[in-house]
Amino acid sequence: MTTAPVPVRPAPTPVGVAVRRHGRRVLMKGNEAIAEAAIQAGCDAYFGYPITPQAELLEWMARRMPEEGRAFVQAESELGAINMALGAAAAGARVLVSSSSPGISLMAEAMSYMAGSEVPVVLVNVMRGGPGLGSIGPSQSDYFQATKGHGHGDYRVPVLAPASIAEAMELTADAFEIAERYRTPVMILADGILGQAMEPVELAFRAPPRLDPDWVLGGAAGRPPRVVRSLHLLPEDLERHNVHLQAKFATITDREVRSAGEHLEDADLAVVAYGTAARVARTAVARARAEGIRAGLLRPITLWPFPSAAIAEVATRVRGALVVELSAGQMVEDVRLAVEGRVPVAFTGRTGGIVPSPAEVVAALRRLDAATGPRTREASR
Amino acid sequence: MSVTIPEGARVVFGRPELLLDRTTHYCPGCGHGVVHRLVAEVLGELGLGPRTIAVAPVGCAVFAYEYLGVDFVEAPHGRAPAVATGIRRVRPEAFVLTYQGDGDLAAIGTGEIVHAAARGELLTAVFVNNGIYGMTGGQMAPTTLLGQRSTSTPLGREASLHGYPVPMTEMLAVLPGVAYAARGSVADSVAIGRTKRYLRRACEVQLEGRGFAIVEVISNCPVGWGMTPQASIERLKEVVATAYPPGVIVDRTASAPAAPAPAAGATAAGGAAPGEPDAPAER
Amino acid sequence: MERSIVFAGFGGQGILFAGKVLARAAMAEDREVFWIPSYGPEMRGGTASCTVIVGDEPIGSPIVDEPDAAVVLNPPSYAKFAAHVAPGGLLVVNETLVGEAAERGDVHELRIPCTRLAKDAGDDSLVSVVALGALVGYLGLVRPASIRAAIREVVGARRPDVLAADLAAFDAGHRVGARRRPHEDRVTVPA
Repeated sequence: MTTAPVPVRPAPTPVGVAVRRHGRRVLMKGNEAIAEAAIQAGCDAYFGYPITPQAELLEWMARRMPEEGRAFVQAESELGAINMALGAAAAGARVLVSSSSPGISLMAEAMSYMAGSEVPVVLVNVMRGGPGLGSIGPSQSDYFQATKGHGHGDYRVPVLAPASIAEAMELTADAFEIAERYRTPVMILADGILGQAMEPVELAFRAPPRLDPDWVLGGAAGRPPRVVRSLHLLPEDLERHNVHLQAKFATITDREVRSAGEHLEDADLAVVAYGTAARVARTAVARARAEGIRAGLLRPITLWPFPSAAIAEVATRVRGALVVELSAGQMVEDVRLAVEGRVPVAFTGRTGGIVPSPAEVVAALRRLDAATGPRTREASR
Repeated sequence: MSVTIPEGARVVFGRPELLLDRTTHYCPGCGHGVVHRLVAEVLGELGLGPRTIAVAPVGCAVFAYEYLGVDFVEAPHGRAPAVATGIRRVRPEAFVLTYQGDGDLAAIGTGEIVHAAARGELLTAVFVNNGIYGMTGGQMAPTTLLGQRSTSTPLGREASLHGYPVPMTEMLAVLPGVAYAARGSVADSVAIGRTKRYLRRACEVQLEGRGFAIVEVISNCPVGWGMTPQASIERLKEVVATAYPPGVIVDRTASAPAAPAPAAGATAAGGAAPGEPDAPAER
Repeated sequence: MERSIVFAGFGGQGILFAGKVLARAAMAEDREVFWIPSYGPEMRGGTASCTVIVGDEPIGSPIVDEPDAAVVLNPPSYAKFAAHVAPGGLLVVNETLVGEAAERGDVHELRIPCTRLAKDAGDDSLVSVVALGALVGYLGLVRPASIRAAIREVVGARRPDVLAADLAAFDAGHRVGARRRPHEDRVTVPA
């Protein structure tokens, strides 16, 4: 339903660049940085359940939320946690929930209910290897789940994919803002590396302004009772509701898509990667350029809405694209849809908790370079 | 619907303010209507309407928000106690009520109800037990009695095949976080009057900050049971009330110190003191 | 210029701590830095490792094909990481626990009696701090003063009673590392 042209916004930060503003610079673990960014963004309540590799996020909240006089509950399960979030958000609170892949699968049901009943909750997935119990190693194999799945029904959820801890902190504040502005769950899609690593970050936080919503529950004093629900038993009612949701998704697609580009101006080959994979790709692009392959990097920051227009535009200027993921190949499908066959789209990825090395990506770039015609070396020689 | 009351007359029986003037979707003879009315009466008498946030279940009572004039959120199947916990923790001033059936609370939602009770969340849980999945066409529920026929136990529930009925409220009553647990019935006016007292007490327990409170109400499902409403009431009295006897199951309100409702940041759950269940006050 | 260092050893040898101190020191010098542990069951006993990447540009790949240096404090770590160090790179080896020398002729191997030096400094559990001293003394990765400040910050806040021993252990390692530094590479490192 939503095929409107997509304006491409400049990215707030290139991959891995710590934002130098005015805050003090400290070393922070990704999980803890996201937690503190949420607190500073005005998060009123956190609900979670321990799972590796995001347990430090829960532990940070267990200590800090009571200090701030805010709500923290370690739930009996991920089902419990996400439904507590549903309740708290329906009651008007700014709510964060975090988990890792298997736990997110359990939260799928409530994600569908929250999308249907338009309840704004920010959910962090610090991805680990799957399927099933999989491994605790870093992974990006929940791309399909995050962008096309979790629960049943016609719905979409904005998905923000940070590539550095500093960016994860910024996107945490953005996630609350998007969630509340559009009355929708929002997912932050990180992985075990971003969760477990430490990087210097500026203690510069942002708290999105509070809206004054006319739908939250607080007791029907002096007004008619309100109902937050996803049930619309009459087909005409439900279709009307779906049309409303789709219009909202079209607006989000129009306004909130984000991506970042590096070295794309003169690129012969475009690498498309997000999150941790984008950092590996960044190193690989530098190495490829050093050996005369003019590669560039296009990094989606929102995975839904997907930066299809930016990718399509780049596809008119390059000879080929290479998608790098910590998966067997998921985002590559969306890249191919965006490229629409204009140029070959290759893929390289690792699974099981293994991160592809820069050398592997460079090798894939060499193959793509050889397969797509003569290279133009002059500029880099 | 407004009625003009003639001079000299007085209203002896009216519609509670919080029970909206709508025709329900419930089948003829169903007990949900009675329980809805009791909830509306109690909330009204305690003046809780304007501060109540209620959680609707999945099942026959899914439309509770159509009939009760308070703020409502709809929970996924079985998750009402978790949804209510979220509300409780961010709305200390609110009165939080859950309304669940036996499939919702005693089957798919066991984890959520057990842990909300274990935390001693300041919630008032209304649990309507009619021993059947009514909404989906009369299948076996966790509370279905041995020998009882349902569309998924066509030859009757048999322990060796289907397991035993779950006495959910007794199970919850052993948890120290449960300040008050009682079982009422809609079988007749005496039972209904007693059930109303239980519901009122379960609301007061929350207001006093003493812990989790639950009132199970055994009810009838004429259509699901394949009976006339009258026969279903007879069965409720003769058979169901024997298996699930009405009365107060636990009352720790005397020993449980009144705790303030949890502030938004409070991590301590409820106000119930750990200890052995007190002797039932009324059986 | 980006440099990557792996720290590996038994859980309890202070592996993650040594990496964090180096990361803090680099941050204090306004460098870019990335610290990543091996996480999960491994960290609950057994071997532990972490990687620290220090650079002047934003750190790209968090995964290092060939680290520029490895600090290996026990035999399993030696077996696991010695082969991966980049040619021309550095191996800092805890001589007390790792007997055999590397077969590789293309890396500098700095064999340090970490346990003995730590004991002399006042606490024989500070092997990783000694090794960190040797690494910094040899490579000149960050200023020793930055390391000392980082140690004061981390240890001083939590365990002031062992701060002196930590600083002494670092200095002991640093002296050995600086002494063994190849003369032609030696540059003046402000203290």
